[in-house]
Formats: sequence, structure tokens, C-alpha cells
Amino acid sequence: MTPLAADIGQKLKRRGRWSALEIAFWIVAFASIWLLPQKHLILTETAILALFALSLDLILGYAGIISLGQAAFFGTAGYFAGLVAKHGIIDEPVLALICSGLVAAALGFITSFLVLRGSDLTRLMVTLGVSLMLGELANRYSDITGGADGLQGVTVAPVLGRFEFDMFGHTGYTYCLIVLFVCFLIARRLVYSPFGLSLRAIKGNALRSGAVGIPVNARLVAIYTVSAFFAGIAGALLTQTTAFCSLDVLSLERSADLLLVLIIGGTGYLYGGLIGAVIYKFMQDWIATLTPQYWQFWIGLLLVAIVLVGRDRMAAWHQAARAALGRLGARTIKWRPALGAAGAAPGGR
Amino acid sequence: MAILETIGLAKRFGGIVAAADVTLAIQQGARHALIGPNGAGKTTVINLLTGVLRPTAGRILLHGRDITALDRYQRVRLGMARTFQINALFLDLTPLEAIALAVSERLGLGTDWWRLVGSKGAVADEVAEIVERFHLADVMEARTATLPYGKQRLLEIALAFACRPRVLLLDEPAAGVPEAERHELLATIAALPADVTVLLIEHDMDLVFSFADRISVLVNGALFVDGTPEDVARDPRVKAVYLGEELDA
Repeated sequence: MTPLAADIGQKLKRRGRWSALEIAFWIVAFASIWLLPQKHLILTETAILALFALSLDLILGYAGIISLGQAAFFGTAGYFAGLVAKHGIIDEPVLALICSGLVAAALGFITSFLVLRGSDLTRLMVTLGVSLMLGELANRYSDITGGADGLQGVTVAPVLGRFEFDMFGHTGYTYCLIVLFVCFLIARRLVYSPFGLSLRAIKGNALRSGAVGIPVNARLVAIYTVSAFFAGIAGALLTQTTAFCSLDVLSLERSADLLLVLIIGGTGYLYGGLIGAVIYKFMQDWIATLTPQYWQFWIGLLLVAIVLVGRDRMAAWHQAARAALGRLGARTIKWRPALGAAGAAPGGR
Repeated sequence: MAILETIGLAKRFGGIVAAADVTLAIQQGARHALIGPNGAGKTTVINLLTGVLRPTAGRILLHGRDITALDRYQRVRLGMARTFQINALFLDLTPLEAIALAVSERLGLGTDWWRLVGSKGAVADEVAEIVERFHLADVMEARTATLPYGKQRLLEIALAFACRPRVLLLDEPAAGVPEAERHELLATIAALPADVTVLLIEHDMDLVFSFADRISVLVNGALFVDGTPEDVARDPRVKAVYLGEELDA
């Protein structure tokens, strides 16, 4: 291997290294289990919203597929998790969670063929249409779903047969955070892999992607399916932690809120959904205590402000944050060889 | 032996004939140029060859295999890659990432979703070779959008070359490159490995006649003359419709 090839190998892999800031983020997240016990209920909602937003970021931020129908997967898996728990079909939450995700993934796979063609507007309408249809189906078959009253009588068994859900949300939050972390790890591997790189290429230039040998449609189907899986996991978590599921899991608002979360947090670097969810949830909570009835006014104002400030400026902030992240990361990388090969002359040129 | 053949290839857009009955054979290892006045249908032929457009009639054979119905990416995998007349690059990626992407796809790693890009030594080796061949080492970590135009043109060819094509289609590779950056580009094109067959579309007659060992002239979508550079230069009909116009200009 030539020095240039070795250097290039390092440079290619560097993007996927964990930076100090990322590690700190997760330490803080897990520390909240012990440090903020009184906030566990809202933190549970935040973790679920974060996972849901992560699922949208995978298709929007990486593959460039805009969607107003992510709730279709969230809601379908939510009802599935509720029904299997209610009727005692799958008694263990983790297993039920994975099965719910797979059901959502199957739905994602089938509907992915609808979003392959067409412009952004077409995709918005198609994804919105699918979730509207599912919402009405859930409404129509109220004997199964409970209709407008919601799915009653769901009892969720202890996680792994040991950890029982409690009314303060301690178990629920720990459970959700671990699931979020595992899903994040998978998503992180995925976006820094050759597969993830091909998604970024398709987002940037689909014509050229085909010309370097990428089967564009197959890749879009794959990521849409994965995204549906994560969205489904999020929906199932909501049902399991609240022991309830109602029609609003399939609503347009749920999909629209998700776009808002990603606009706040930014797309295409995985943490956007997580940071956006924290800001959104806690701002909602804070504003709601000030003006319980009219909190959406302030959310609306924020949305207008963000859009007026402009995507470019937002992107510049994210860029600056990422650069800071990168510098920290680079520093930790520099240490290691320096410790190992102290005194050794730096290579070649 | 012909590595790439078209048989009666035609493309009509409504009433407009963009390509009519083009029967062309590109020999293995050739340096074949396709020339013709503006609007003669040169880019249409490239788009038909690579699958961007579907022909109205006719067939395309690569190594004797009929590829007329294949998708774009499948033709790339069978060994035919192209560049674009107007840059079609991944503006948000670095040259390093873009080349690593093409190399990974060729090595069949495109569905690998678990390992980091470049964790296979073979990828880094090949990316290094391409970065050097196309003089991109000094800009390999810059965002593609920020590269000087000449470097972008080099990357345009590098991306096609990274697919390890046996047939490389160059669509006006030197178009719009400023004089100062031109030499590096032309030298790189001249230094392409001899076993790679090249089909070149170009307006620059100096480049065509210094590079090509065979020239096909396309006029109004139809093949007009096909021969060695000497034949073509001497042909009075070519002078009349094409070279004359160039020489007078």
C-alpha cells in the first residue's frame, strides 16, 4: 500500500469516527436517567419523537425523499403493538417492538414504489395520501382499533419479563432511550457506509449516480423500508409506554410536526432529529405552562422565524457546529498515534 | 473486433429525427471520435448508448451482447461509462468521496451498510491510483462545488474511469476549459490506458485529429462518413458540410 493510499484510507474512514462531542451527547442523555427522574414522562415522549425524526432524516436528509406521511408507519406499528399486547399474542415488549417495526417496514417496502417517481410535490402528496387512507381505515374498523375512543385495555407486560412499566415513566424512559440508542447506532453505521454514501450521491445527482453504476431505485426502496422500520419502532414505543393508542398516531399533524422538528434541528447529520426533538418538546412544555391554550401560536411563530432566517443561515450554523465537532474529533485522533509512535518521524513527504 | 456496435439506431422526438439509422462499430482499443456540426445528434447517440434515452428503433451491442433494454447502471457494470458535456458531479461530496463511491460500487460494496467507506484496502488503493492519474490529490478534500472548472472536468473523467470501463465515452471533455488548465486535461486524456476503448465527442478539431485513429461524422442524425483521420480530412463532402465551416470560421 502506497503512503497516499494509506492516507486516503484514513481520510475516508475519518468521517465515521466518533467525536468527543458525540460521546458527550450520549453521556448526558444516559445521565438524565438518574439526574432528571421527575422529567421522565416528557423525556420518554422526547426520545420517541427523536427516533421518529431520525427515521425521517434517513430519507430526507440522506436520500432527499420528502415525506408528509411518516405517520403511516408510526401509526400502523403503534396499533400493531397495541393489538398484540391487548390480545396477548406477543407477551414480551421487545419482541413485540421488533415485530411492529417489521410490519411498518413491510408497509414501507410496498409503498416505496409509489415514491420512486415524481417530484418533491408528488412525493408529498403520495405519502400524505397513504397516511390519510390508513387513518380513515383505522377510523372505519373501530371494532378492531377502538375508532375515535382509541384502543382501550392495552396491558404491556414487563420488559424482558423483568422490568415492569411504572406510572412515573422510569422504566419507560430507560427502555425508550436504550432503543433510541441502538437504532441510532444502526443508522450511524448505515450512513457512513458505502451504502450511505450512495444515498448522499443520489440526493445530490441521481442522473450521475446511475452513470457510476448505482441502481438508484433499488437504493431508494431500501432506505425507505429502513426508515419505515425506525418510524414503526417509534410508534410501537409510544403505545407500549402509554398503554394506549388513538387515531392521532396516524394524523397529518404528526407527520407535519416531524418536519418541524427536523427544520429546527437540521437534516443530514443524524443529530438534527435528536436535538430538534429536545428543543421542540421542551419548548412546547415551557410555552404550554405560560399559555396553556395558545401554545401553538408560538410554535407557528417559531416556524415562520426559522424559515425567514433562512435555510442557508441555519445550514451555516450547523456547518460551524459540525466543524467544531470535527476539530474536537481530530484532536482526539491526533493524540492516539502521537502516544503510540512518540518520536517516530512523520511519514514520507 | 468491435467492442461496441449500433445497428440501425434511431431516435425520434415527435416529428424531429435526432438520430436516424446509425450503424457504427467501435473497435477494441480504438480512439474513436464522433464529430459533426451542432445539433447533429452526437449527444443523442451517447444518451442512447448509455441508456439515458430509449431508442425508437435499432439495437446496441456491447461485446456482442444486446444491451438495448438494459438500465443505465447495468451498462456501467458491463463495462461502459461516460462523462457529461455539462458537468454532472456530486457537488456536496469531495472528490475523494465521489471516487470512493464509484470504486466501491464497482467492487460490489454498494449494498455494504455496516462497514465504513474505505475500510477495504482495495478501495483506498484504487482511489489513490485514480487521484494521482487525474491530478486531483491537491483538491481531494475540497467540496466539489468549490473546485476550479478544469479540476471539475478532470473529476468528470475520473468518475467515469473509476468504473473501470472497457469503453469510455467522453462527451466534449475539453469544453469550456480555460487555456491555462487545458494542457493538464489533454495530457490526462492522451495518457488513458491503451486497453480502454475511447469514444470521443469533440468540437475542437486539434484535439480530434491529434487523438483519434478513427473518425465518424454525424450530420442531421445520420452517419455521413466513417474512416481514418486522413480519409475524413480529405473527403470533400466533409469539408463542405463540416470542416469547411470550421476552417472558415
